Amino acid sequence: MTKREQVQASFIDTIQPFISRPAGVQINAKTDLVNDLQVNSARMVDILLETEDKFGISINDASADRLRTVGDAVDLILGLSTAQAAD
Amino acid sequence: MNRVVVTGLGVVAPNGVGLAAFETALRRGVSGIRFSPELRELNFACQVWGAPEMNEEMLASAMTPIQIRESNLTMRYAALAASECWTDAGFEFRPGNDAPPQWGTGVYFGTGVGGMETITERLCPLAAGGQVRRLASSTAEQVMSSNVSALVGGMIGAGAQVSTNSSACATGTEAVVNAYRYIRHGYADRVLAGASEGRSVFTAACFDCMRVTARGLNEHPEGASRPLSATAAGFVPGFGAGALLLETLESAESRGARIYAEILGGAVTCGGQRGGGSMTASNPEGVRRCVRSAVEESGLAPEQIDYINGHLTATRNDVREIETIRCAFGLPPERFPFVNATKSLIGHALGASGAIECVATILQLAGGFLHPSINCEDLHPGVELIAPQIVRRPLDFSPRTALKTSFGFGDVNACVVFAKYSN
Repeated sequence: MTKREQVQASFIDTIQPFISRPAGVQINAKTDLVNDLQVNSARMVDILLETEDKFGISINDASADRLRTVGDAVDLILGLSTAQAAD
Repeated sequence: MNRVVVTGLGVVAPNGVGLAAFETALRRGVSGIRFSPELRELNFACQVWGAPEMNEEMLASAMTPIQIRESNLTMRYAALAASECWTDAGFEFRPGNDAPPQWGTGVYFGTGVGGMETITERLCPLAAGGQVRRLASSTAEQVMSSNVSALVGGMIGAGAQVSTNSSACATGTEAVVNAYRYIRHGYADRVLAGASEGRSVFTAACFDCMRVTARGLNEHPEGASRPLSATAAGFVPGFGAGALLLETLESAESRGARIYAEILGGAVTCGGQRGGGSMTASNPEGVRRCVRSAVEESGLAPEQIDYINGHLTATRNDVREIETIRCAFGLPPERFPFVNATKSLIGHALGASGAIECVATILQLAGGFLHPSINCEDLHPGVELIAPQIVRRPLDFSPRTALKTSFGFGDVNACVVFAKYSN
C-alpha cells in the first residue's frame, strides 16, 4: 500500500463517525464530503480536529475552506505532514 | 378539557437504571448512595453522592455513536430515560431512526444546572487557555439549557412544542405539570415530560460550600441521606433522570395503551420571596397555595389523598414541609396520608429529583406498595405527631391517590396529584 493509500484509508476511517453514507456509496478520492456524505459545517469542524490529532498536523482556516473531496483532504494531509515535519 | 393519563415511564436513578431495577430497589429500600474517592480527593465536606451506574450497552440502546460522543451526562441520562419511557409506552424506538415527525407529540424536559460538565471540563479549560478553535462543534448544543429537550425531541421526532424548563429543585415536577396542562388544554395528544441532572463534582461543589450537604457521614454512605431524622445532617447530592409519557385518555384508549395512572391536578406557585421566603427558602404560604390548588383541581378532598411523596431533602426544612402540608390539608395528625422520602434512597437529584420521584410515585401506585423511607429510625421530634404515617418499612399498601411535592431555590413550588386510572 502506498503512502497516499495509507493516508486515504486512515482519513476515511477518521470521518466514519461524522458521516451519513447512503447505502451503496463507496468512498474514494473523488467522494465529495458535503454533497455525497452530507457533512455539514459543524461536522467539518470536528473532522478537522480529529484529522489534526490523528496526523499530528495543524490545518489553518484557508486550507480548511478549500476542502471539498476526500482526495483534497489526502493532498492536504500529505502536504502538511511533509512541511510541518520539516519545521 | 382532556383527561390526562400516564402511559410510559423511564428512569436513570442512583439505585437503579431502568424501571425494573429501580422498582426492585424501591420495594427493598435499597440505597444508591456511595462514597466518592474523587470528592475526598477534592476536600469536599460531603464525600458521598448518588450517581447512576450506566454502561455502554445501555447507552447504545438509546443513542447513536455520534450522539454519545457529542453529549454530556445530563444529556445521556435524559436520552436513556426518554428512550425507555417511549418504548415502555408502546412506541418503537431505535437510535438514529428517521421516522416521520410526530406532530401531536411534544417534549417538556427540564434540567436544574444542565451542561456543567461540558462547561467546566471542556469549554473553560480550552477557551481560557487560548484554544477556542480546539472546541468541538457540539459545545454550544451541550451547554444550552435546552439540550435535553432538543435531544429527546429529535430522538422521538416530536413535532409539537419542545422545550426545557428550569426551576431549580422543582424542575422535574414542574415539567410534569406543564405537560399535563398542555395536553389538558388540547395543544398536543401526548408529551414526553421529565428532567435530568448530570453528575458533576462542580455541581456538588455549589452546595457543599453552602454547608447544606450531609456532613460527618462519609463513612456510612447508605446512612447519609436521612430525611425526617433527628440526626439529618443535610442533603446528599444525587443525579439521574426521570421520564413520563403523558397522553390524552382518548389517545391512550384508541391505541390500547397500558395506563399507569391519571393526573387529576397540578399546580406551580412561587412565594414571591416574601413572608419568610427568599432565594433559598420557601414562603410557607406559597407552599400551602400550591398544595391546595393541586388538590382542589383534582376534585379530591384532602382526606382522599392516600400517599404523599415528599420533597423531604434531609435538611431542617423537612419539619417545615410536613407542618406546611398538614396546615394546607387541615387534617388532624392521625388522618395525615402516608408519606415517604425517595431521597432517603437516592439523595437529592436537584432538577431531576421531581421527575425521578414522580416515576417512583407512579410505580408505587401501579404496583400497590409504598417504599420505606430509610434512615429515619430516630424521627425528628418535629414530625412525631405523624409518626405512624411515615413509612419506615416496606408497606404492602395500595394507594389509590398520591400527591407529589417539590420545592426549589427561588421560592418555587410544584405539586401534582396522581390517581389510579378508573373509567
